[in-house]
Amino acid sequence: MSFIKTLLAACFLLSTSAAHAGKITVAAAADLKFAMDEIVATFKKSNAGEEVEVIYGSSGKFHTQIQEGAPYDLYFSADIDFPRELVKKGLAASEVKPYAFGRIVLWSATLDATKMNLTSLADPKIARIAIANPKHAPYGKRAEEALRAAGMWDKVEPKLVYGENIAATAQFVQTGNAQIGIIALSLALNPELANKGGYWLIPDSLHEPLEQGYIITKRAENNPLAKRFADYMSSKPARAVMTRYGFVLPGENLKK
Amino acid sequence: MFLSDSDLQAIWLTVRLASIVTAILLLVGTPIAWWLARTRSKWKGPIGAVVALPLVLPPSVLGFYLLLAMGPHGPVGYLTRELGIGPLPFTFWGLVLASVFYSLPFMVQPVQNAFEAIGDRPLEVAATLRAAPMDAFFSVALPLALPGFLTAAILTFAHTVGEFGVVLMIGGNIPGVTRVASVQIYDHVEALEYAQAHRLAAVMLMFSFLVLLALYAWRPNPKKAG
Repeated sequence: MSFIKTLLAACFLLSTSAAHAGKITVAAAADLKFAMDEIVATFKKSNAGEEVEVIYGSSGKFHTQIQEGAPYDLYFSADIDFPRELVKKGLAASEVKPYAFGRIVLWSATLDATKMNLTSLADPKIARIAIANPKHAPYGKRAEEALRAAGMWDKVEPKLVYGENIAATAQFVQTGNAQIGIIALSLALNPELANKGGYWLIPDSLHEPLEQGYIITKRAENNPLAKRFADYMSSKPARAVMTRYGFVLPGENLKK
Repeated sequence: MFLSDSDLQAIWLTVRLASIVTAILLLVGTPIAWWLARTRSKWKGPIGAVVALPLVLPPSVLGFYLLLAMGPHGPVGYLTRELGIGPLPFTFWGLVLASVFYSLPFMVQPVQNAFEAIGDRPLEVAATLRAAPMDAFFSVALPLALPGFLTAAILTFAHTVGEFGVVLMIGGNIPGVTRVASVQIYDHVEALEYAQAHRLAAVMLMFSFLVLLALYAWRPNPKKAG
């Protein structure tokens, strides 16, 4: 009997967590991995005691999960169409706000990608090329468009391996298992990746713009912290971080 | 057609992978199980624990280590390059190797239990009849442990079919090469193709149920047997 009591007490203790002033969970596209970490860190400095939890993954997956009632308060998508669709379905508590345009790059950890372009991918020395899955990852879709526009798709398709999201794609290249990959500029600019090899910016004339947008979800309708964090995204410090990671901000000239 | 060509391709690939892994593990797992069942060595504990590790480890841990080990800077990657096989990640045989590790306990443990259940006596009797150890193994231990082998083979096959996390990390999602059924379902869901996801998921559900049904229906009832 006392064993059961102890067990119940343990369950109770494990199920309650410490109370916080406020808490939000942010679902963010994997290309934001490093930029969002910094933005959250600076946000917390001026908002002590608030808890901001960020989950990174593929935009398509979050889109599905939110429709199924996932507990995310904000949703940053690498493809603005996903949050637009959620607004149509009445799952948002805000308009869709564009926050950045993403860029794609050729990046390698072992080769000097700065001197390459898309035609270099035909080189027989390159056995594996990593891109994000074009079926549901926005960066993968743009990578496919760029390869098709450059007339390289048929030549490189047998060499392609597909990452579940853009961070997983970068990891295939970082470990050297794929010699080169098409990843987000925001990831290639991260110190951890930038120290190894170089990147070549793929001209944005080769693909549709990677317009990215976010929403506050229905669930966070009455959560003041969600609103405050959303506002912070258009603040000067946040915009500075985004620019540093290679994002083109709304209102800026795309052809920089 | 109920399933699309790419779904059928994924199913066929999954069946091929699971069959090859089961065959390899029958060859590799049996000596390990035999040794674990018979030995009095102090290494029995540690080796047994290593064999059981995939039961406990998250597939992401296994996938992460395998990706590094099989990569160009890892020991397995070095070995395969020296042997002229080339790198293993993103290949079918890379998946086979990963699955052999991943499903190892599902082969070894039932076979080990079957060997242990035989006990010393039948082998001692075989020895008094001048059977060499190898002879005793093949003509006494193997037939007696046959039910254990069947259980182990079915579990290994089914567990390999159910593999997902490891494949996602080292497979690279190549159609016909590493895109197995579980990954195909995941892709369907992410692309909001719920209808396709439903069909393939239903096939997997039916398959898993039938495998387990066969396993439980076939397993002799100890009460009746006694």
